[in-house]
Amino acid sequence: MIINGVCIDDTFAEAFPMKATRAIITAQNEKWAMICAQAMTGFATSVIACGCEGAIERVLDPSETPDGRPGVAIMIFAMGGKGLAKQLETRAGQCVLTSPTSALFSGIDGGIRIPLGKNLRYFGDGFQVSKQISGKRYWRIPVMDGEFLTEATTGQVDAIGGGNFLVLAESQPQALAACEAAIDEMRKIPNVIMPFPGGVVRSGSKVGSKYKALGASTNDAFCPTLKGMTKTDLSHEIESVMEIVIDGLTKEDIDKAMRVGIQAVCDLGAKNGIKRISAGNYGGKLGPFHFHLQEIMA
Amino acid sequence: MSALTFTLKYKPAQRVDLSPLVCHQLADLSLADIGAILLQSGKLKLRVDELFIIEGSDTQDIVINNSADNLDFIGKELDGGRISVNGDAGAYLAFGLKSGEIKVSGNVGLYAACEMKKGYLEVSGNAGDFLGAALPGNKMGMKGGTILIKGNVGERAGDHMRRGNILIEGNAGDYCGSRMTAGTIAVMGQTGRYLGYAMRRGTLLLWNQPNLSASFNDCGAHTLAFLPILFASFKSLNSRFADASIGFNRVQRYAGDMSEMGRGEVLVKL
Repeated sequence: MIINGVCIDDTFAEAFPMKATRAIITAQNEKWAMICAQAMTGFATSVIACGCEGAIERVLDPSETPDGRPGVAIMIFAMGGKGLAKQLETRAGQCVLTSPTSALFSGIDGGIRIPLGKNLRYFGDGFQVSKQISGKRYWRIPVMDGEFLTEATTGQVDAIGGGNFLVLAESQPQALAACEAAIDEMRKIPNVIMPFPGGVVRSGSKVGSKYKALGASTNDAFCPTLKGMTKTDLSHEIESVMEIVIDGLTKEDIDKAMRVGIQAVCDLGAKNGIKRISAGNYGGKLGPFHFHLQEIMA
Repeated sequence: MSALTFTLKYKPAQRVDLSPLVCHQLADLSLADIGAILLQSGKLKLRVDELFIIEGSDTQDIVINNSADNLDFIGKELDGGRISVNGDAGAYLAFGLKSGEIKVSGNVGLYAACEMKKGYLEVSGNAGDFLGAALPGNKMGMKGGTILIKGNVGERAGDHMRRGNILIEGNAGDYCGSRMTAGTIAVMGQTGRYLGYAMRRGTLLLWNQPNLSASFNDCGAHTLAFLPILFASFKSLNSRFADASIGFNRVQRYAGDMSEMGRGEVLVKL
């Protein structure tokens, strides 16, 4: 399959079941809501070493937030419910409770309820106040800038992590420009996050390593500087490869995000140095969710 | 199906206990069976059809017409369904209400919504003393749900209240929120003496500056984030509380009652 001169490989991305949640952060203005959201989703690029994958889903208009202030929706994904709850609580405590003027609300009404501010209330040292409004419990925790308002719980749902595609380009600036264009479009899709820095990964990995201590190592088949040294997957004109990883609530959400992302890359086309779109997988043996590139773009 | 309607034929000389006439207890009964139910009135037992003209069939939608202030225990422990009272209601209206909705067009007597658990009570007129309170000797008053009073309320509103909302468009009498354990009482009008007497926790939300006891301490002026959410939850009510323009988030906060636990608060609109 070729779109605008870009070859779409006959391959698939392999993804895994995860648990996910969403939280809504509000603040006095968008600047502080964003600072708080960035702190809460910091160091959350990959479950391999961060314990979770998290990112900002989108900026919310004041009319969309529970308290009518500017807000940001963030999503966090983890391999299990226990790990997710731990990450959520730790991050809420260290990054949202501490952030000036912030408030924290549930972003998923259904699902299994996991603590959001339920245990943070103890920070109030007995001065915390509970309010049950329209069936939801809130905690008002006295803090030095006034009062930190948080919903007690948020919803945990089944989700999918590890959807991906690779952008193969003639130069590093062209690969990055294409990925930026893709991320701009993918951020408009609800229920997905791209957890890596700016949504883009430059160090895709393969399973295993020559070093016993490591479970993963650089994906040498896609490293352009190793074209003459290893069993490469790159043709001679490819000078840079970047990857976009997508976590989403459903397969359809990830499908949609991959479609708009790949389309944005293809819109730049061969004339902008984009040569191929490929995807990372483990032969289909590890992850139950397969995202076939050509099917998605058909 | 039309609402099951009880129209009072005459105002009885004695008080009448209407507690059997609730939706869940009438569910499978014919009109004849309902007419044969006996109601306690002083020492007498009166048949329902002796007191009321009975019409309609929907037992989940009960209407009481020509209601009088000596009809007690209307909607006692109602568990689902709706009761509309046209006229006044006596004491213990919505006693122990579990779920469902009760609306009264007139005034209601003592102990309305006493020990209410959940559901919704709306009174277009005034309410007597001990609204949403606990029975004498009991420690737990209203435990959930919402009460809306469009008129004034008597003394001791929310006595021993534990959870839920009491919304009063008019004035509240003395000892409003006394011995509260938690919950919210909002009063748009004036409040009487001894506001929040011995309250432990809970919120008294006021539009007008009260005459506070010395055992309430001023915590200063604050902008509180939960207030817009609280006001937003009133949007669906048939009330001035639903009007977006009456909401506020800037309040003077007083903590008390310091002679008790002292974790309660009186929030006064600034």
